Amino acid sequence: MDVQILTYIIVGLTFALYIGIAIWARAGSTKEFYVAGGGVPPVMNGMATAADWMSAASFISLAGIVSFTGSDGSVYLMGWTGGYVLLALCMVPYLRKFGKFTVPDFIGDRYYSDKARIVAVICAIFICFTYIAGQMRGVGVVFSRFLEVEIETGVVIGMAVVFFYAVLGGMKGITYTQVAQYCVLIFAFMVPAIFISVMMTGNLIPQLGFGSEMVDGSGYLLDKLDGLSEELGFGAYTEGRKSTLDVFCITGALMVGTAGLPHVIVRFFTVPKVKDSRISAGWTLIFIGIMYTTIPALASFARVNMIETINGPEMTGTAYAEAPSWIKNWEKTGLIKFDDKNGDGKMFYSGDERNEMKIDRDIMVLANPEIADLPAWVIALVAAGGLAAALSTSAGLLLVISTSVSHDLMKKTLKPDISDKTELLYARVAAAVGIVFAGYFGINPPGFVAAVVAFAFGLAASSLFPAIIMGIFNKKMNKEGAIAGMVVGLVFTASYIIYFKFVNPAANTADNWLFGISPEGIGTIGMLVNFATAFTVAKLTSEVPQDVQDMVDAIRFPKGSGEAHDH
Amino acid sequence: MSFESKEQADSYWKENLSIMLKLLAVWFAVSYGCGILFIDELNEITFMGFKLGFWFAQQGSMYVFIALIFIYVKQMNTLDKKYNVEE
Repeated sequence: MDVQILTYIIVGLTFALYIGIAIWARAGSTKEFYVAGGGVPPVMNGMATAADWMSAASFISLAGIVSFTGSDGSVYLMGWTGGYVLLALCMVPYLRKFGKFTVPDFIGDRYYSDKARIVAVICAIFICFTYIAGQMRGVGVVFSRFLEVEIETGVVIGMAVVFFYAVLGGMKGITYTQVAQYCVLIFAFMVPAIFISVMMTGNLIPQLGFGSEMVDGSGYLLDKLDGLSEELGFGAYTEGRKSTLDVFCITGALMVGTAGLPHVIVRFFTVPKVKDSRISAGWTLIFIGIMYTTIPALASFARVNMIETINGPEMTGTAYAEAPSWIKNWEKTGLIKFDDKNGDGKMFYSGDERNEMKIDRDIMVLANPEIADLPAWVIALVAAGGLAAALSTSAGLLLVISTSVSHDLMKKTLKPDISDKTELLYARVAAAVGIVFAGYFGINPPGFVAAVVAFAFGLAASSLFPAIIMGIFNKKMNKEGAIAGMVVGLVFTASYIIYFKFVNPAANTADNWLFGISPEGIGTIGMLVNFATAFTVAKLTSEVPQDVQDMVDAIRFPKGSGEAHDH
Repeated sequence: MSFESKEQADSYWKENLSIMLKLLAVWFAVSYGCGILFIDELNEITFMGFKLGFWFAQQGSMYVFIALIFIYVKQMNTLDKKYNVEE
């Protein structure tokens, strides 16, 4: 059977599964819509959180980034997993004991202020919209390459599916669909990785395979890759090029940013007990870790494979006329370009002036099965996996957008007397508007999608994370301090990123950066600025009311958490 | 208040913080220490076919992160029992 038909069948089956689950898990109350009724078992929540977290970017782009940057790519691997340690140890159990629905709920109540709540709502909505635009684009790319429909059609199909289960099922529908999506995406990611590992190193476990010797007798894989990379002018694969301080700050911003992302935090409100929320964070990291420890292995396999295919075993170039079919397939999408500069009819890829290829990082995962010549069903599976990753994350983000509007903005701030049913209606309308908005950006992608990712993490790191941490660990932190901290941290980080990414991109070089810290890493400094401002302001202003101090005491131990609150 | 006394509550919180800070120290050491600050020194050592610093940055730190969370869960469950504040 040819790849196209197989892809239709596999993608069709997974979509039918998601919709089936959505119909089975409809939400009837706001509590079911916001936190799935607070009754999700910890292991399942772990899977759902992993799918929620691993986006189109993790599935499609991350291996490519590591593949192209080698050791410098480690910041994403450590940054996006290390944040879960912070979540598990410093935030999740206490927020679960607090027992409400959203991050702005906590900030609003803890700092006894609607202003604080609104600052948190703005951060949450902004972070989610930033993210979701990229997801829909991922859906479009997968559809257009594997199903050969227009990107627009692909985005619309994706929108329709998410609309169906997010609007109908809320958190309950999303949770159980995400569990299914996790299974699809991890299977789709691991199968080609294992295939390739066996082919190249004879080792069934990719995590060990990339430290092994090659089956063709050319020594250790990583030694070979270092040799190739240096010869081609890229510098050794296993050695970094970024400054240590910058790597330090980027890793910090990604870790702390992860711990401050609202769509991840809310997932831990869905488990029955405080105890469950702790173990659930552990399960989440195991499920994420399966993929994240495979990514660097896949990245180095793909790198060796790609260089050998293009430059040939003798490193003199492969004739374009004899190029494997994947090069021509991906040329159609514009993600690979060949420019025969020396006119010898052969392709050559390098990091210096000999280079004749332009290769987009994003194809490393999607084209990998073709590069390694794997069976057609594996290629179809990767398409389904990429879609699962993009859809699960979109749904999680949409939920935060819709709760922020219906719960934090309408119910808690503007119209406190609306009924549960009206609130649910607002939630569904907000989710629908969110989908249309996301779809628009999927079809007309702003050129700055990659740049705004730094934005989302920087904002989460410099605003929500410090406010939550101080709210739990410092009883003396008052509303003046917290608000001042959030605002100053936010303004500092946002202006730094906006200046270097949008206002004056030409100046975006290490010489002009503050202490040599790139916009990707500035969130770490923003966080410190937030803490410093908050402590200074809190010293000079009023005491925290006794009832709020009692509340902080009460969230510090598990007993009596009960189920997630109705309001 | 679910504790018998304020002293009980305070010492529970103190023990809680100590568990947390010890584990965070390990978290910091493997990621920022082995994976970033001392990566060049560790890269001189070979470990299972990897340069050790590179291995910590792309593999080891993640395994340690997972272990840390499960150790935390175990220690906190014991602590909750000791002070009789489990659910």
